[in-house]
Amino acid sequence: MRHTLVARVQDQPGVLHRIISLFRRRAFNVDSLTVGGSEEPGISRMTIVVETDRVPAYLVEANLRKLVPVIEVRDVTHISTVSRDLALIRVKCGATERSEINDLISIFRGKIVDVAADSVIVEVTGDVKKVDGLVDLLRPRGVLEMVRTGKVAMVRGAEAPDDSEEELAVGWRH
Amino acid sequence: MKKMTGAQILWECLVREGVTTVFGYPGGTILPAYDALLDFPSIHHVLVRHEQGAAHMADGYARVSGKVGVAVATSGPGATNLVTGIATAMMDSVPTVFITGQVGSKLLGSDAFQEADITGITVPITKHNSLVTDVKDLARTLREAFCIARSGRPGPVLVDICKDVQQAKTDFEWPETVFLPGRKVLPPVKLEKLKAVAELIAEAERPLILAGHGVIESGASAALMALAERTGTPVTLTLLGLGGFPRSHPLCLGMMGMHGEAFANKAIQEADLLLAFGMRFDDRVTGNLKTYAPKSKKVHVEIDGSEVGKNVAVDVAIINDLRTVLEALLPLVSDKKHEAWLEEIGHGQGETRSRDIQHEPHEDRLLAPHVINDIWRATSGGAVVVSDVGQHQMFEAQYYPHEKPRTLLTSGGLGTMGFALPAAIGAKMARPDAEVWVIAGDGGFQMTQAELSTLMQEKLDIKIAVINNGFLGMVRQWQEFFYDKRYAATPILSPDFTMIAAAHGMDAHRVTKREEVIPTVQKVRGSGRPALIDFRVVAEESVYPMVPAGADLHEMIRRPKRRHPSEVPA
Repeated sequence: MRHTLVARVQDQPGVLHRIISLFRRRAFNVDSLTVGGSEEPGISRMTIVVETDRVPAYLVEANLRKLVPVIEVRDVTHISTVSRDLALIRVKCGATERSEINDLISIFRGKIVDVAADSVIVEVTGDVKKVDGLVDLLRPRGVLEMVRTGKVAMVRGAEAPDDSEEELAVGWRH
Repeated sequence: MKKMTGAQILWECLVREGVTTVFGYPGGTILPAYDALLDFPSIHHVLVRHEQGAAHMADGYARVSGKVGVAVATSGPGATNLVTGIATAMMDSVPTVFITGQVGSKLLGSDAFQEADITGITVPITKHNSLVTDVKDLARTLREAFCIARSGRPGPVLVDICKDVQQAKTDFEWPETVFLPGRKVLPPVKLEKLKAVAELIAEAERPLILAGHGVIESGASAALMALAERTGTPVTLTLLGLGGFPRSHPLCLGMMGMHGEAFANKAIQEADLLLAFGMRFDDRVTGNLKTYAPKSKKVHVEIDGSEVGKNVAVDVAIINDLRTVLEALLPLVSDKKHEAWLEEIGHGQGETRSRDIQHEPHEDRLLAPHVINDIWRATSGGAVVVSDVGQHQMFEAQYYPHEKPRTLLTSGGLGTMGFALPAAIGAKMARPDAEVWVIAGDGGFQMTQAELSTLMQEKLDIKIAVINNGFLGMVRQWQEFFYDKRYAATPILSPDFTMIAAAHGMDAHRVTKREEVIPTVQKVRGSGRPALIDFRVVAEESVYPMVPAGADLHEMIRRPKRRHPSEVPA
């Protein structure tokens, strides 16, 4: 399955390299990784989606914690979160089809942000599944280009206490 | 505040960290640092012959003393030559700091002469590393490096310092405290966890302690012995755990794993409770994970959370310092005896004695295990032994019983041939009073043989036993067992090691018969001078028992029986 980890890391040279190197070396399978600013200067926030069929998510977490610039890691997969993915999608679209596309994407709260003679750029934000859904609908019309940010996530409401590492480490069947 | 150059700050920081010895090799980009070194007479610099040697020396220094070992190299090839040594220290959790020169900060990334991205190269083989491009960051970075190397599960840290940083001046300020926001502070040990472990110990009828390097690293030997004795629990050790629990203790089963004692491995498979202390269930100790220790509950006490649940599923995990945990656990356990369990293991021990190569008649041949066992006898088991990698390393683990921590230094995780001689030089620098023996094969010894010059330049009284069988012995053994005796590239021609030693001004001896072993060892022990003994041993001897890689732990290849058990003295 896929696990979503949120990490707070020191914003310093090489920190992304360390994380990528760890994932490559341990053969952890990354689905998406986003990195950007956080509420605190000097601290970046990462949202990492990993495939955990081969290694338990706990081990990914425990290895990330060992990196010196990593301040905190949390597996939010089973916690209620707000999560978003943003996509820009260039769709083939003649002048006559624009309103049709507009109707379609408005259901997904998407919008047309650029218009050319034979295409439009659609912007959509939502959880990963919603964006997937819109992309599937647009594909038959001809998706010429697409970029997605990957998932970012934040825990809802008051933060629940973390499970201790010692509890997470127990009972993995190999 | 005092203005100092980066080079001066480097040495000042090392002095304040308690460093008295560094191992290194100068070169262009580290020259400012070497120039300043002359003004810091409290630091003794050992000039090596190859930077890999410097890395292993720093490693040996750290393993024998528990202090941080330091190696210094220049940029480019100097730095890349350290890599094998850094990886060795990483795999075996050895606290080390590596200082490398780097091209000037303005030249970074330009493929300048002797530029190599050593921080990039060493990301996966260091605990942490840093590139210093501003002299104002230098003192803090060095302070952090020592803190990181020592703390938690120890390991290597590399600090790459640009040449212009070494030359630049700044106000020197020693950071009294280290602030690392991501540093893991060990939580207090939870009482309910300890109670759960105590309960498992109370219920167990066939308990077994698996003790690893963590016992030595956390200084837990006394607590381990108290626990084993109080609960009547036998102890088996990993290669790096040897010395953490005395081999002569009645509860000690010796080494586990691929070349471990058959009865120890069998006990693992039959146990109902495994207490894994400061070890990581490496593939060399578990064999096939699917059939590993199927009857037992497992408790894992380990400082590194990423090692828990990695290879073997556990029932209770305590991620903390081993000594702290064991000392807290002791008051919660009550006296127990496991006579039936120990008797069962004892049968296996008797059976093993009947196969022991010690009873093999040697006639006119010299057998490697005999040599190593005789070195043990002649040194009364009191030497610091630094072994290399291969058959002799396993024979050493089997036939040189260690009683105390930090008396066996060996490359366990990475299995680095060429480790022994330089690591022994580091060990002797840290403990000049100790009797230091190198035990190496003819293959591994040649990999770092150049360090004999370093040994002589430092006038070190180190004794070297080359177990010379004319083969890359362990690889040959695998070829014999698993590749139809097709000896591809394993016969090795060596120089006359006695002449090599003599050329360095060392005493040298050749031994070809068993009766000569002890007298020759005694002779070199009394000389007060460095010496090399070339032991010409039987070419095609194998290490038994052996669990083939990935096989079930109880499916061992055994040495053919030599005598009936009743004929063998206990």
